[in-house]
Amino acid sequence: MKHPLALLPLLLLAACGSGPKTETAPAAANTASLPEAHVDPATAGTVSGRVLFTGTPPVMPIIDMSSNPQCERQHKTPVKAETVVVNPNGTLRNVFVWIKSGLSPAQWPMPATPAKLDQNGCMYAPRVQGLMEGQDFEILNSDPVNHNVHAECERNAAWNESQPPRAEHKFKKFASEEVLFPVTCSVHPWMRAYVGVSPHPFFFVTADDGSFVLKGVPPGTYTIEAVHEKYGRKEGKVTVAPSGTASIEFTYGS
Amino acid sequence: MAPNPTPFPYNRGLHRWSLLLALCTLFLVVAGGVVTSRDAGLSVPDWPLSYGKLMPPMEGGIFYEHGHRMIATTVGMFTIVSLVWLWIAEKRKWMKWLGVAALLAVITQGILGGITVLMLLPWWVSSTHASLAQLFFSTTVAIVLFTSDWWLKGASTILEVATAPIRKLSLAAPICVLCQLGLGAAARHKAFGSIYHISGSPIVTGVILWLVVRILLNYSSNRELRLGALTLISITFCQVFLGIAAYMTRIAYADSVQPMPLMVTFTVFHVAVGALTMAASVSLAILVRRNVALAA
Repeated sequence: MKHPLALLPLLLLAACGSGPKTETAPAAANTASLPEAHVDPATAGTVSGRVLFTGTPPVMPIIDMSSNPQCERQHKTPVKAETVVVNPNGTLRNVFVWIKSGLSPAQWPMPATPAKLDQNGCMYAPRVQGLMEGQDFEILNSDPVNHNVHAECERNAAWNESQPPRAEHKFKKFASEEVLFPVTCSVHPWMRAYVGVSPHPFFFVTADDGSFVLKGVPPGTYTIEAVHEKYGRKEGKVTVAPSGTASIEFTYGS
Repeated sequence: MAPNPTPFPYNRGLHRWSLLLALCTLFLVVAGGVVTSRDAGLSVPDWPLSYGKLMPPMEGGIFYEHGHRMIATTVGMFTIVSLVWLWIAEKRKWMKWLGVAALLAVITQGILGGITVLMLLPWWVSSTHASLAQLFFSTTVAIVLFTSDWWLKGASTILEVATAPIRKLSLAAPICVLCQLGLGAAARHKAFGSIYHISGSPIVTGVILWLVVRILLNYSSNRELRLGALTLISITFCQVFLGIAAYMTRIAYADSVQPMPLMVTFTVFHVAVGALTMAASVSLAILVRRNVALAA
């Protein structure tokens, strides 16, 4: 190499060629070689329960959107952060609950519709959601402003892409199980969503009553895990009898 | 002892241009600190263009990230002008090559900045980018020193005191500061917690204090060394207090959902004064090498 500047094209090539990946994604789960899952409707059971919150709920701050007035104008009232949302009945919202282990490896039927993440009012909706490995993940920008969408995965390949106002929807897939990872926007640093990628359809995100239901579960003993973005993971075991309902409660607190 | 003038003429235009470059570089370091503190580093996912354009809408984090790129481009162009000026007007050959080194540093900086965005801010690229920024700023400050009238008028050299040598010690200070800046950058880019940077603080402060006290006790008759030492220690103390303030605000706002103005302000000042500490320690080392002669 006669001149150091001759290195520049190589460096640039290395930069562009490496692409937007911080982690090398593990090989996609080879579900094609697995047997198709079959659940007998006559014996399928249910896992249900609630996620409770004890103690004084933390006060969520008002989000300051003044750095982007177009975001601010879309809200008639100030928007509170959604990190911890405790329902009036003392339950916790936005907890991802799923069967962590106990299911035999199988190819579960994929939902016909994609999981959707909308950017509306410079907030993500929904805050927390689950989808299956290989399921389409549709990203919309309903805002009149630019966003970048950064999937901060660790097991799957991370990516960061811009999405102009009302641009075409983006469609992504995640190949590997990963519960949970954040999706963020650096243009609007308060924007944060969480996604859980599951190899099966038995997951649920708690809403305004804090309850969850996993239907069509084959009889067996399972580890159920609850994951909250701030308070972390909790798990418990349940046994689902044929056509039975198993209950479990999780309790978080401040 | 009367100064021993150098045979090289003073070029006021070149000196002032160098000063402008150094000031713009400090502004660039501040802009980079703002980008990191406001978590805006990935608000523009593409590079070298921004949202496929030369000028994207300057909203939210894009304002900080693209603004940083614009200032960096300006500094890059100013550095090219400096290099051309040095090669035309400067008689000292090593100064021409210092200009080349500055240009190579700023080009590398630009590429590292692009790579870190495309690779989603891996800590080792972002930390290298942040640390090289400090070295580049020190280089521009050194060019300001070397092109100044008082530098060209020559130095009043004094002999190194055998019982209190400072020529090697003066080199230890910028090396320690650079390591400390690297640890700070790595902590900011989430390589590890801030414990290593905090632990390094008393060591760096101690080395600087040792050097400064030794100069004030043994070499204070030399005005340049005295002023250089007092400048370095003043900046260092400011830096320590800013570091404490930055850490306290980070703890206080640990649960915040967005970067808080007070935390951003203290952290960015800490980054900027870190650059000044580096430049002051490099300048003092240069002054020591120039003004203190080895005892025979």
